[in-house]
Amino acid sequence: MRNQLNQNKNQNSFGLRIPDIRHKLKYLLFTFAFFLFTFNLSAQKQRFPKPEFDTGYTQPTPVTPEPRALAMEYFDVLVLLLVLAAATYFALKSRSRQGILWLSVFTLVYFGFYRNGCICSIGAIQNVALTFFDPAYVISLTALLFFVIPLVVTLFFGRTFCAGACPLGAIQDLVVVKPISLPKWLNKTLGLIPYLYLSLAVLFAATGTDFIICRYDPFVGIFRMDAKFLMIVLGVAFLLMGMFVARPYCRFLCPYGVLLSWMSRFSSRHLTITPSKCIQCKLCTHSCPFDAIDFPTNEKEVVKSGLGPKRFITYALVIPLWVALGVFVGAKSHTFLSKANQDVYLAELLIAHPELRNDPDNIDVQTFLASGKPMEQLVSEATAIREKFYIGSMIAGGFMGLVIGMTLLNTVVFRKRQDYEPHKGNCFSCARCVDYCPVEK
Amino acid sequence: MENNSKSQSRRKFIRNGVRASLLLSLGAVSVSALRKVSGDDYVWQIDPFKCTQCGRCATECVLNPSAVKCLHAFDLCGYCDLCGGYLKPDANAQSTAAENQLCPTAAIERRFIEEPYFEYHINEDLCIGCAKCVAGCTSFGNGSMHLQIMHHICVNCNECSIARVCPSDAISRVKASEAYNVKGDFTNNPEA
Repeated sequence: MRNQLNQNKNQNSFGLRIPDIRHKLKYLLFTFAFFLFTFNLSAQKQRFPKPEFDTGYTQPTPVTPEPRALAMEYFDVLVLLLVLAAATYFALKSRSRQGILWLSVFTLVYFGFYRNGCICSIGAIQNVALTFFDPAYVISLTALLFFVIPLVVTLFFGRTFCAGACPLGAIQDLVVVKPISLPKWLNKTLGLIPYLYLSLAVLFAATGTDFIICRYDPFVGIFRMDAKFLMIVLGVAFLLMGMFVARPYCRFLCPYGVLLSWMSRFSSRHLTITPSKCIQCKLCTHSCPFDAIDFPTNEKEVVKSGLGPKRFITYALVIPLWVALGVFVGAKSHTFLSKANQDVYLAELLIAHPELRNDPDNIDVQTFLASGKPMEQLVSEATAIREKFYIGSMIAGGFMGLVIGMTLLNTVVFRKRQDYEPHKGNCFSCARCVDYCPVEK
Repeated sequence: MENNSKSQSRRKFIRNGVRASLLLSLGAVSVSALRKVSGDDYVWQIDPFKCTQCGRCATECVLNPSAVKCLHAFDLCGYCDLCGGYLKPDANAQSTAAENQLCPTAAIERRFIEEPYFEYHINEDLCIGCAKCVAGCTSFGNGSMHLQIMHHICVNCNECSIARVCPSDAISRVKASEAYNVKGDFTNNPEA
């Protein structure tokens, strides 16, 4: 606008005769005011015009440093591909624990401390979820690739991503000092938490409420060397716990681990403990810090218990009840869950405590009031979001019910096994057992 | 033995089938996401016209001090002696004395240009993004001082923790190729 003004001024001083000037100046002022009100009605008014300097002062330009180059983002994808290829090679082909160990050190340094734990495949779940539910959201190609590539690799070679390419896994793997073996029931029960975390993360991301995976990532504060006090405490607590209960985040929280374990269960190839025939020496069972090695089935015991088929049918029939219970709990909890959304929270707050309108210290309320947005609009927006939560939490609850039912069903399924084998779903392909196995190639 | 191999092959068949369907569903997810994908990267940025200077940028960023800094659009500045962003409204005197400065970290440097004009320069290392000067400049001056997320500091979190609590929804994702909303170049009028 100032340019326009200058142009007008030039026209006036050069293109017109002197007696006209005073008259034209009025016109000019009028146009100036006209422009001011039409163009800048809601914009900031320039109360004080920029001075014209006599001393040859050159005005500096504001410094706006560029963000990280796009090429670097694609370089990260390349590094991920290379690290995944190396981890798969070390786990399946060269069977080298040393190789995986050094690879996880590299991952920790690159994706952890250099990239500050962001971008990561675990968080990318939320970007993908939001893409499906928010028509306005545009996912970046790197986030999509970080989500898909490890899953595809796992579908063919097992969870080698966890072994060497995940910075969160790497930092926990490196602090394993004296792992203890957890009882089976505890392992299974705690193993349900990732499913809950995954369904909540998708629910919150899909409703545009929050990215809880990123917000409560316990290690990102350590990677950044900077975080809120409580998050640092959480991260250090996880590392201390991880000295004895190996990889607690991976086993009992990681939502991406759920997807990886689905893929890994049906992987065409997977890390094997022995290069040839198992000699049943049980050495490997002591090597695995994650209780991820299945023992050979004791068929005599199974036959003797005689409860297999009967229980199987009962547990299978109970699954719909579990799902129904889950849907019920989901439907009941949607009001509570939706409070995490800022709009719902603000609407509820204003309805429940109208006196807060007079509280000058409540920033959210005061900003809302100053924005001139009508209360009805806020309430209708909040109602729409709560509606989404109603459907979403019922689906999440049903999913949790299904997971619980299937987990119970799994406890009464006996698979014939002659040897000690890694549990394909839970094994991180860290190759510790490979190191322990005395069988030569 | 024959029975055994039969069950083996059945298991193999099921496993292959499930693997194929998992691969298909992964493919479906990526193809449908690909329709909305962008090759460009996204970063977080503040719309200075939506910002209400609440001060949360200073406290809610995952970094300490915040990646949000005051940016001075010199184009809009009036170079005033009595600067609403520099001096406290109830300042004792129009001097650079610490008790008169609005900025809690003395991040604004005042330089004499010529009578009666002064240039105000933001020392980025000292600025904490508290928006006190922005509020002062916006209410008493031209509004040339405004907050921006500085991308050499910002770690570009998946979800900006300031955006989550911003009361006026002023922070949104912008294309990395147009990473700043500098007042003057950037207006809140789409036609201007």
